[in-house]
Amino acid sequence: MALLEVTNLSHTFGGLQALADFNVTLNDGDLVGLIGPNGAGKTTVFNLLSGVYRPDQGRIVFAGRDITLWPSYRRMAAGLSRTFQNIRLFKDMSVLDNVRLGAFAYYDSSFWQIIGRTAAFRRQERRLTQEAMAMLARFGLADAAQAPARNLPYGEQRRLEIARALISRPKVLLLDEPAAGMNQAETLELVALLRDLHREFALTILLIEHHMGVVLDLCQRVLVLDFGSTIFAGDPQAAQEHPQVLEAYLGKEENSDEKPS
Amino acid sequence: MKKSEEAAGRSFGGTWSFALGALALLGLAWLLPASGLMNLYLQQVLMYVGINIILTLSLNLVNGYMGEFSVGHAGFMAVGAYVAAVLTVAVFPRAWGPVLFPVALILGGLAAALAGLVVAFPSFRTRGDYLAIVTLAFNMIVKSILENINAVGGPRGYMGMAKLCNLAWVVFWVLATLLVLRNLIYSNLGRGIIAIREDELAANLVSVNTPRLKIYAFCLSAFFAGVAGGLYAHLLQFINPRSFSILKSTDMLVMVYLGGIGSLAGSILGASLYTILMELLRPLELWRWVVGPLLLVLLMIFRPTGIMGLKEARWLKPRDS
Repeated sequence: MALLEVTNLSHTFGGLQALADFNVTLNDGDLVGLIGPNGAGKTTVFNLLSGVYRPDQGRIVFAGRDITLWPSYRRMAAGLSRTFQNIRLFKDMSVLDNVRLGAFAYYDSSFWQIIGRTAAFRRQERRLTQEAMAMLARFGLADAAQAPARNLPYGEQRRLEIARALISRPKVLLLDEPAAGMNQAETLELVALLRDLHREFALTILLIEHHMGVVLDLCQRVLVLDFGSTIFAGDPQAAQEHPQVLEAYLGKEENSDEKPS
Repeated sequence: MKKSEEAAGRSFGGTWSFALGALALLGLAWLLPASGLMNLYLQQVLMYVGINIILTLSLNLVNGYMGEFSVGHAGFMAVGAYVAAVLTVAVFPRAWGPVLFPVALILGGLAAALAGLVVAFPSFRTRGDYLAIVTLAFNMIVKSILENINAVGGPRGYMGMAKLCNLAWVVFWVLATLLVLRNLIYSNLGRGIIAIREDELAANLVSVNTPRLKIYAFCLSAFFAGVAGGLYAHLLQFINPRSFSILKSTDMLVMVYLGGIGSLAGSILGASLYTILMELLRPLELWRWVVGPLLLVLLMIFRPTGIMGLKEARWLKPRDS
C-alpha cells in the first residue's frame, strides 16, 4: 500500500488555477523531486499536503487514512513533517525550545500534571530535553542550544528547521527548497546530509528544489509542474531531455542545448 | 542515573525554597495586620496591589505570552466578582462565609473561565485587531447584561457582601497564580502558547494543537481574572457594572505593558508600580485618570515591550527548565 496517495488535487486562488489534477504516489522510502519554474504551483502542493489550504477538489490519503480535511497539527502528529522555503523558526525562542516544540504531539503530560509540576511531568520534560539535545548534536547545533534561533547563521537556521521537523519522527518529510540561498559547497554538504537522513530516519521525502544538481543527485523520480499542471513524471535524467520541460524552463525558442540549471 | 537523581534533588530543593518563601510571606500577611503593626490604609493598598498583580499576570498570559490582544479583560473580572458575591450573599449561609469564601472565589473563577470560551472560540478563526474587537464587544456585553439584571441591582450595583477578603487571602492567590502560570509557561504547552505568538502557522505545522492551547490560555486567564474579581468584590463590599468598564480593562493593559509583556516578574513590577503611583496621585483628583492612558502612549513610543520586556527574573524560573 502506498504511504501517501494524492489524487486529482486542484486548487484555485480567486480565478487563478494554481494547481490542476495533481497526482502523486509515494511509497515507503521514496525520494521524489518536485520541480518547475517560479509560480508553477510547487509550494501550493506543499500547502495542500500540510493543511495550510483546503483543496477545491481531490483526495489525500496518508497511511491508509483520508486526511484531506484534517487540520495541519493533526497531520503533523500523524507523521507528516515539513520545512519552509523562507525559513519559519520561532525566532525569539531558544534553539532548544524550537526543537522541543517539534515533539509537541509526542508530549503527553496532562494539563494537571503540568500545573502541579509532578514527578512524572519532570521526567517527561527531562526525556524531551535529552532527545532534543541529541537531535541538536546530530545536526552540530548542540553548542547553540540556549541561543535565540534568530542569532544562528543562515545555513544553521536551515539545519535547525530540519532538526525541528525530524524530532517528531515523521514518516514523510516535505522539504521546500532546502538549498535556497546556499553556495556550491553548502549545497553539496546539504545533499550528503539529506542522503544520510533519508537512510538514518527511514524517511520518505518529497523535495522541492531549484538546483537541478541536487535533484539529479538525490531523487529517484521527479514531477515537473508548469502553470499548475504536471507536464512530466518519471526519471530525472529523462526530464532534462523532455521538450515540454525545456520549454517550461527556457521558453519556446529552439535553443534546446541549454539545460535547466 | 546519578545525574538525574542530582537534577531531581536540585528541583526538589527549588520547590522547598519556593514553598518556604511562600509560607513566610503568607505568615507575614496574616501576622502583620492581626498584630496591629500595619495600619488599615496600608493593608488596603497592598490588597489592591495584590489583586492587580493577579489581573496583570492573567492578562499577560493572553497578551504577552500568546500574543493575542485582549482589551476586554474586565468582563471576566466582572463575571467572577458577581458570581462570588451572589454566592456569599444569597446562596451560602452567612455564618459560613469565611469558610466558604475560597469556594465562592473558585466558583466565580470557573464561571469566568466558562465565559473565556466565548472569546476562545472566535480566536480559532480570527486574530489580531479583529479578535481585539471581539474582546471589546465581550466586555460591553457583560456590562450591559449586568446593568439589566435587577436581581443583582442593575446599574445601581450589588452590595451586602461581608468583608471576607484579607491580606492573607490576596497573598495566597497571588502566589497560586504565579505558581500555576510559571509551571504552565515552562512546559511544552507553555512553549506552544509562545509559539502561537511567534508564528501561528508554523506552530500548527510542527504539530502544536493551537485551538486546544487557545482554550487553555483564555480559560486559565479568565479564571484568575474571575478570582481577582471575587477578591475585589469582598474587599470593596460593593460592586457595580461601571467598575468593570473598558476603563478597568485599560488599567490592566497599562500594567501589563508597563511591567513587560511575556514576563511574570514584569507583571508583578507593573501592577505594583502603577497601583502605588495611582494611589500617590490621589490629590490630582480627576486629572489622575489622564495618567494611565498617557503612560500607555509614552510606553508604546519609547519602550513597547515594557520594563522587563520578555525577560524573566531568575527566581521565577524553575531550576530544571
